[in-house]
Amino acid sequence: MGKSFTQSSLTKKFVMAFAGLFLITFLFVHMGINLLVLLPSTDAFNIAAHFMGTNILIKVFEVVLFGGFFIHIIYGLILQVQNWMARPNRYKVEGWSHTSPFSKFMIHTAVIIFIFLVIHMADFYFKAKFFGGVDEVMIDGKPYHDLGALVLAKFQMIGFVIGYIVAFIILGFHLHHGFQSGFQSLGLNHSKYTPLIKSLSTLVSIVLAVGFSIIPLVIYFS
Amino acid sequence: MNLTLKIWRQPGPDEKGQFVNYPVSDVSPDSSFLEMMDVLNEQLVEKGDEPVAFDHDCREGICGMCSMYINGRPHGPDDAITTCQLHMRKFKDGETITIEPWRAKPFPVIKDLIVDRSSFDEIIQAGGFVSVDTGGVPDANAIPIPKIDADLAMDAAACIGCGACVAACKNASAMLFVSAKVSQFALLPQGKVEAKRRVQKMVAKMDELGFGNCTNTYACEAECPKEIKVTNIARMNREFFAAKVCAPSE
Repeated sequence: MGKSFTQSSLTKKFVMAFAGLFLITFLFVHMGINLLVLLPSTDAFNIAAHFMGTNILIKVFEVVLFGGFFIHIIYGLILQVQNWMARPNRYKVEGWSHTSPFSKFMIHTAVIIFIFLVIHMADFYFKAKFFGGVDEVMIDGKPYHDLGALVLAKFQMIGFVIGYIVAFIILGFHLHHGFQSGFQSLGLNHSKYTPLIKSLSTLVSIVLAVGFSIIPLVIYFS
Repeated sequence: MNLTLKIWRQPGPDEKGQFVNYPVSDVSPDSSFLEMMDVLNEQLVEKGDEPVAFDHDCREGICGMCSMYINGRPHGPDDAITTCQLHMRKFKDGETITIEPWRAKPFPVIKDLIVDRSSFDEIIQAGGFVSVDTGGVPDANAIPIPKIDADLAMDAAACIGCGACVAACKNASAMLFVSAKVSQFALLPQGKVEAKRRVQKMVAKMDELGFGNCTNTYACEAECPKEIKVTNIARMNREFFAAKVCAPSE
């Protein structure tokens, strides 16, 4: 292999696509657990959150997950900077070919998602893991972090609800292009399956955006 | 037709350029875009002004020399054509037409609308060739090639290397061009000898020259005068990883 492989534009795209598709699988797991908070009792959500925070296999997986985020973000930045450098003089009339508008705003949607991620981590992940500040609740005689109560409290604030929903609509835009684009970067393009992958891309982006957004809406209005 | 042309004028590679407005009148809707440019240049020469420098050669859409970015589109407002095949009837009377050179770091402006596209030649030199046996001419039917492979190879070989893909891409990426040149050989038995080395060398050269990276926006495919498909880019990706991961290191 060697230097030409690790630094090649195609390798960077391959790794970024692989990491991106992996992160989408994580989003589905995350959404599934989040939806538990809508059950009449938050016990199931708290137990699931506890399992995700303590299970040894999940802890190993957590490192892989952070690696996935890190690689996707770093490679995305490197590729974007190279792309800007490739055209130092811009056009007076910018091109607008008949292509997906979402694909033209990947870096913009990425920055908004990153900002959301930082706020989200500070609000929930780090709070529960390191900073404390999360109350405890007893379920079947065992103490659990009451993250369910934290979520319910947060989503009483209209600003928080709007910010959360906007972030996930933007994530939907990012994934609408990202999901199907990942397959192309991995070299997977087929006359029979690519139209299916593109439809799946729309479905994935809508399911994730709606699935996550429905949670604050239900909590706020109930 | 009466038109206003807003044209990028730049006296030389290292000199500062600017847009200059030129009114042109009585343009025939049936004339080609380059014929309209010829009329403008004739007027400029008669006035003692410097004519607008632009690339052209065959004027029938096969040489890939003409290279104007017209109203935000390489080769102007029509599909699957080069600038020389563009007719003035595609514009409205009284319209202002903005004409720019291809914009990409590896395509430096030489003068006005002419850019240096020798970086494409460098990519071809890096690996865009096949080994040819010496000796007698082999029978045409001696090498069996599936029809679909022959068709796809010919489709890829239709690329005229005009650079519209780079000009259209928001990242100034040359991946459609490189992938077409990789595919036209990768699909054929004659190209198999250098296949693994070819894709690695051409991609490395493309990166070295400072072209951007593909973000799968597919503006290249939308604007390519020869309708080269982005499936070639996926093929190049496959060829590249197969070569890097599976081929024995030299």
